[in-house]
Amino acid sequence: MASRGLLLSVLEHDRGGKIFLGILVASLVVVPILNLAVPESSPFHLSTFTVTLLGKYLSFALLAMALDLVWGYCGILSLGHAAFFALGGYAMGMYLMRQIGDRGVYGHPELPDFMVFLNWQELPWYWYGFDQFWFAFLMMMFVPGLLAFIFGWLAFRSRVTGVYLSIITQALTYALMLAFFRNEMGFGGNNGLTDFKDILGFNLQEDSTRVGLFIATALALAMGYLACRFIVRSKAGRVIVAVRDAEDRARFLGYKVESYKLWVFTFSAMLAGLAGALYVPQVGIINPGEFSPLNSIELVVWVAIGGRGTLYGAVVGALLVNYAKTFFTGALPEVWLFALGGLFVVVTLFLPRGLVGLFSKVRSKASVEGAT
Amino acid sequence: MSGLDTLRETMRRDRVFDFVARREPISSERLDTRHGPILYLESVTVSFDGFKALNDLTLYIDDGELRCIIGPNGAGKTTMMDVITGKTRPDEGTVFFGQNIDLTRLPEPEIAQAGIGRKFQKPTIFEQLSVFENLELAMATDKRVWPSLVMRLSSEQRDRIEEVLNTVGLHALIYERAGKLSHGQKQWLEIGMLLMQNPRLLLVDEPVAGMTHQEVEHTAELLTSLAGKHSVVVVEHDMEFVRSIARTVTVLHEGHVLAEGDMDEVQNDPKVVEVYLGS
Ligand SMILES: Nc1ncnc2c1ncn2[C@@H]1O[C@H](COP(=O)(O)OP(=O)(O)OP(=O)(O)O)[C@@H](O)[C@H]1O
Ligand SMILES: [Mg+2]
Repeated sequence: MASRGLLLSVLEHDRGGKIFLGILVASLVVVPILNLAVPESSPFHLSTFTVTLLGKYLSFALLAMALDLVWGYCGILSLGHAAFFALGGYAMGMYLMRQIGDRGVYGHPELPDFMVFLNWQELPWYWYGFDQFWFAFLMMMFVPGLLAFIFGWLAFRSRVTGVYLSIITQALTYALMLAFFRNEMGFGGNNGLTDFKDILGFNLQEDSTRVGLFIATALALAMGYLACRFIVRSKAGRVIVAVRDAEDRARFLGYKVESYKLWVFTFSAMLAGLAGALYVPQVGIINPGEFSPLNSIELVVWVAIGGRGTLYGAVVGALLVNYAKTFFTGALPEVWLFALGGLFVVVTLFLPRGLVGLFSKVRSKASVEGAT
Repeated sequence: MSGLDTLRETMRRDRVFDFVARREPISSERLDTRHGPILYLESVTVSFDGFKALNDLTLYIDDGELRCIIGPNGAGKTTMMDVITGKTRPDEGTVFFGQNIDLTRLPEPEIAQAGIGRKFQKPTIFEQLSVFENLELAMATDKRVWPSLVMRLSSEQRDRIEEVLNTVGLHALIYERAGKLSHGQKQWLEIGMLLMQNPRLLLVDEPVAGMTHQEVEHTAELLTSLAGKHSVVVVEHDMEFVRSIARTVTVLHEGHVLAEGDMDEVQNDPKVVEVYLGS
C-alpha cells in the first residue's frame, strides 16, 4: 500500500509520464502476444527481429533518459555518456562470454576464445566472478558508477564546468576506446566480445529469450523513469535545477554544489551502464566502437530533439531518431548523417524544448483557444 | 617558515593546538561575538594580476549593526563581499566571523551555513523555479544530498515561507515562475531568500538598483527592521537611500577605507569630496 502511495505521488502532475508509462506497460503485454501467440502467417505477427529492434531502442531510451537527468536537470552536458553505456555492456559481455564455457571454437573449459588465441594460460583476475550473474549484474552498474564517481570528483571539485567539462568527457570516452582496442587489455581487442550462447541458461537464439530481454528492458526503462522522477520531484531535484540555473547562488545558500553534481552524475552513469547491459545480449556483440566519441554526441542529439528536462522527452527522442536511423540507413545510407545534423540544427534553432516542448505548446494554445 | 609565521600560527584565533581542535559542524550557535564585532577584516589584500582590488583593508562590523558601504565604481566593494563569503581568497590578511571562525579557510557552503547570507549585485535567483520553491531552497535546514532527497516540508516551515513572502510583499506571486518577476521583485525575492537562511550577518550588494521610489522606501524599512537581530552590511550607490538607513557609513576607495562615520561627517570629509568630485 505504501509503495502504491509512493508511485502515485511520484507521478503527480506528470501527464506525459503517465502516458509514457501507459504505453510502455501496454507494449509489455502486446509485444509478447503478437510475437509468441499470433501465428507467423498472420499479418499481426510481430517478427522476433522487430522485437529485438524494439528492445534495442528501449535500451537507447534508458541511456537517453540517464543523460537527460544530468544535462536537462543539472546542466552538465556530458559528451561521454556512451562510455558508461559501453562499460555496462562489457560487464554483461563478460558474463555472456563465460557462459559459453567449453562450447567455444577452441573448446577451452574456462578461457574465452580470444584469450586462447592470444596464448594466454589463465584468466586475468578482473574476469573472476563474471561467471556469476549476480556479480556481473552488480558490476554492470558499479563499474560505470565508480568511473563516474572518480571522474566527477576530480572534475567538479576543480570546478570544471560548461564546455571544458564536455570536452574532457569526450576525452574520457576516447581514451577508453583506445584502451579497449588493445588486445593486452583482455577485452577482446577490436573484435570485442561476441558469439554469445545463452543468458541465465536460456538460449539467446530462442524467440522466448528475445521476448524476455525485451520485457526486461521495458521494465528497466519504467523503473528508471520512476527513480528519476522520484529524484527530480524531491527537494534534491529542485537543488539540482537550482545548480543548473545559478550555481553560485546555490553555493551561497549553503549547498555543496559539487556533492549534488557528483551524486547525479554517478547515478546517471549507473543507469547508462544498465542500459548498456541490456543492449548487449540483444545485439549479440560489444566492441570498442561503442566508446566512439561520436556515439555520445549522437546521444545528445536524441535528447535535444526529444526535449530536455522532461525525462520522457529523451525517450521520445531516442525512439524517433533511432527509428529514423534504421529507416534511412536501409533506404538512403548517404543521407542519414546529413538528415541527423539538419534535424539537430532545426531543433536547436526553432525548438529549444524539443518535440515534447512543441507538443505541449500546441496543446496549451489549443486549450486557450478552446476556452475563449 | 619564519619565526614570525610560526608565532602567528600558534596565536591563531580559531584553534589552540592541532590535536585539541576538533572539526565540528560549523553553525551560528558556535559564533562567539562576546567582544562586540561579528566580522573582522584585518589588512586584507586581494590582487588580480598585480592590480590590488583590496589594499590593506581593515574593517570591523559590530554585532547587530547596520553598516552602509559606499564608494565609486571599482572601489572593491563587491570584492570585499567575495572575500567574506569565500568566493575569493585574500592574498594577505585575516577574515574572522566572530572570534573563532576563520572565513579564509572555509568553503562557501560552510560559510553560508555558519550564518552569512549574501545578495548579489545582479539579482540572482532560480529563474525556472517558482517563488515558493526559491524560498524553500533557501530555508535553513539540512542541505546535504540524502536528507534533501526525502525531505518534506513541515507545516511550520511552510508558515515560515509564507511569513517571509508577506515580509517581502510577494505573497500574491507565490506560484509564479521566478524568471517572470520584475527586476525589483527579483531583488526582493533574493532578500527573502536571505531571510529564509536565518543568517547572523547579511551582506546586501546594491539592493535598490532598478526599484521604483516606493519599492526603495519599502526596502529601506525592511533593512532597518532587520538590524539588531541581524547584522547588515549594505553596499549602495543611491545616496538618498543610504542617508535614509545609515547610522555608520564606510567609504571605500581603491580597496582601502577612506573615511568612516555618520553620513554628515562622511559627506563633509574633504578626502571623500575629492574622490567623488574627482571621478
Ligand atoms: N575576477 C576579477 N579579475 C580581475 N579584476 C577584477 C576581478 N573582480 C574584480 N576586479 C577588479 O577589481 C576592482 C574592484 O571591483 P569590485 O567589483 O569589487 O568593485 P565595486 O566597488 O563593487 O564596484 P561597483 O560599484 O561597480 O560594483 C575593479 O577594478 C574590477 O575591475
Ligand atoms: Mg560591486
